[in-house]
Amino acid sequence: MTLLLALRSLRNRSATAVLTIAAIAISVTLLLGVEKLRTAARDGFANTVSGVDLIVGARSGQLNLLLYSVFRVGDATANVTWESYQRIAKHPDVAWTIPLSLGDSHRGFRVLGTTTAYFEHYRFAGDRPIVFAEGRVFNDLYDAVIGADVAEQLAYTLGQPVVIAHGTGRVSFTEHDDKPFRIVGILERTGTPIDRTVHVSLEAITAIHVDWKGGMQAPAGARVSAEEARERDLTPESITAFMVGMKSRVMTFTMQRAINEYRQEPLMAVMPGVALSQLWNLVGIADTALRIVAAFVVLAGLLGMLTAILTSLNERRREMAILRSVGARPRHVFALLITEAGILASSGVMVGVGLTYGAIFAAQPLLERRFGIFLQPGGLSGYDVMLLTGIVLAALLMGAVPAWRAYRNSLSDGLTIRV
Amino acid sequence: MTDRAVAIDARELTFAWPGKARLIDIERFTLHRAERVFLRGPSGSGKSTLLGLLGGVLQPSGGEIHLLGKAINEMSAGERDRFRGEQIGFIFQMFNLIPYLDVVENVMLPGRFSKLREQRIIGEPVAEAKRLLAAIGLNDPALLSRPVTELSIGQQQRVAAARALYGKPGLIIADEPTSSLDQDARENFLTLLMDECRAQGASLLFVSHDTQLGARFDRVVALKDINRAATDATGESLA
Repeated sequence: MTLLLALRSLRNRSATAVLTIAAIAISVTLLLGVEKLRTAARDGFANTVSGVDLIVGARSGQLNLLLYSVFRVGDATANVTWESYQRIAKHPDVAWTIPLSLGDSHRGFRVLGTTTAYFEHYRFAGDRPIVFAEGRVFNDLYDAVIGADVAEQLAYTLGQPVVIAHGTGRVSFTEHDDKPFRIVGILERTGTPIDRTVHVSLEAITAIHVDWKGGMQAPAGARVSAEEARERDLTPESITAFMVGMKSRVMTFTMQRAINEYRQEPLMAVMPGVALSQLWNLVGIADTALRIVAAFVVLAGLLGMLTAILTSLNERRREMAILRSVGARPRHVFALLITEAGILASSGVMVGVGLTYGAIFAAQPLLERRFGIFLQPGGLSGYDVMLLTGIVLAALLMGAVPAWRAYRNSLSDGLTIRV
Repeated sequence: MTDRAVAIDARELTFAWPGKARLIDIERFTLHRAERVFLRGPSGSGKSTLLGLLGGVLQPSGGEIHLLGKAINEMSAGERDRFRGEQIGFIFQMFNLIPYLDVVENVMLPGRFSKLREQRIIGEPVAEAKRLLAAIGLNDPALLSRPVTELSIGQQQRVAAARALYGKPGLIIADEPTSSLDQDARENFLTLLMDECRAQGASLLFVSHDTQLGARFDRVVALKDINRAATDATGESLA
C-alpha cells in the first residue's frame, strides 16, 4: 500500500524523479565501470605471463627483473653469463628455458633476442600460447618476428627489411644498418608487451654486435660484414635474463633457492606470480584513487536525491495531513518517504547496472584491441552486489532524514495546516 | 458507561499547549447519532484545536471525549489513528485531494488505511465509490478519468465528500467545506451531503462561520458560547 502510494507520488513528480534516478544511475555506472575495469586490468596484468615458473636474472630487485624481462621497461643492471645459463638450463629438474637478450631497439620498440623455445613455451592469459598471424618463427640469422602493435603502427608486412638500432632510446644515433633484418613472422595480438616487441634469434644479437667493443663499432676497416658474421661462433657470452619451466612445479622453490644461493655469480630467481602481485600493489594506488572518486560521485547522486525529497516536503504537508485524516499513522508517513527513497535508489541502481552492461558491450571490442583489456560482461560479482546493496541501504538511511521531518510535521500539523 | 446513541460526547474538555494559555475549555458538548449539527466557529473560537481533539490527533489536557461510545482520550495515539480511519470522515475547506491519485482512488483512500471501512461496503469497492460520487453530484464518467487537479473547486469538494462517506463512518466532520463555493453550489452541495448522511445514518458536525446555512441543521451551536476559553476576535494563535 505504501509502495503504491509512493510510486504514484513519484510519478506525479516524474521530472524530478527521473533526474534523480539518472543522477544515481550515472554514479552507479561510474562505480561499476571502475570496478569492472579494475578487475579486468588486474587480470590482464596478471595474465601478462603464465606457464613460467621462474625468471632468472642478475641480482637486483624483484620488480626490476620483472619489469625489464616481462614488461620491457627499464634495463638490466648486469647480465647472466652463458655458462651459468647453461648450467641451470641443463639441470635435470628443468624442463625448458627461454633466454632473453635485451638492449637494442627498433623505432622505439624493444628488440628481444631469444630462441624458438619462446614461441613454444611462453604463455599468457591463463594458457594462451603465442600464435602467428602471418609467417613463421625465425630460422635464418637475420630473420625477425614482430608483435601486432609493431606491425600495425609501422605498417610492416612480411619480407620487409628492418634495421635494428643500438640501445633502447626512441631516437637512436647508431644503427646496425650494416646487418639488416627481414620480417618473417607477425604475431597475433596478445594484449601483453609481446605486441610491442621485435623478436630475433639470440645469435642475431651476437652477430650485430660482433665487431662492437665497449659500446662502439670498430672503425671501418675492422668491421665484419653480415655474411662474414655467419661464419663466426655466435654463441653469446652472456644474456640479459631467462625464463625457466620446471618439470615439476614442486621443484620451483628448491630451484629458486639454489639459484639465489648460486656461488659463481650473483643471480636472482623470482616467481612471476609473486612479483606481479607485488607490482600490482604499486600500480593499485591509482585505482584506489579512481574508486574513491567513484564513491564520491555516488555520494553526490544520493545527496541529489535527498535534496529532491526534502524540497518536496513543504508542498506535501497538505498531502500528509489528508493521509492522516483518513487514518494514516505518522509511521505511515515515515514509511512513505523511506519507500520513495528506496524506489529512487533501487531504480537508479538498476538503470546504472543496465548502463554499465550497455557500455561494456559497446566498448569491449575497442578496449581489447587498444589496451588488451578484456572486460568480462558476465554477472555481477559478489563484491558488486555488495556495493549496490550498500548504495540502496545508504539511500534508505538518507531517506530517514526527510522521513523524520515529515513524521514530525505530521505530528505537529495534525489535520489542519495553513496552506 | 457510554451511550452508544451519542456520536460525540465531550465532557469537561480542556486543552492547552505546554506552557501556553488554555485554548479549549468545554463543559459539555454532545452530538447524537444521525444528528446534524451546525457548529458556528469563526477564527479565534478554538475551532482547529477542537477538530484536532475530536479527530484524535491532539490529546486533551483534561476531560473526556467519547466518540460513538468509545473514550478516545483513553486510547493510545495508534489506536486513535485507527479509530479515526474507521469512524470519521473529514471534509476540509480546500485542497482535500491527493494530487497523484485519480478521482475514484481518492474516494477509496480510507479503505487503504482501514480494513473496516472496506468491509462495510456491500459489493465492489469501486462501484461503491462511483455510487457515492454520483449521489453527491458527480456522475459524468469523463470527470472521473480527469486528474483531480483539473477539477473545479466545487467538484473537488464533492470528491472529498464522497471520500468522507466512503465505507460508512459513523461521524462526518466538515470543516468549512463550502467556504470556497459560490452561493448556488453551496446550497446544492449541502443538500446532497445531508441527504447522503441521512441515507447512511451518519452524524454530521458541520463547522462554518457562515450563519446563513445554519437554518437547515437540526441544531446550531456557537463554539464561542460553549468554549469558555475562547478569546473572541483577537485569537492570534487559534487560527
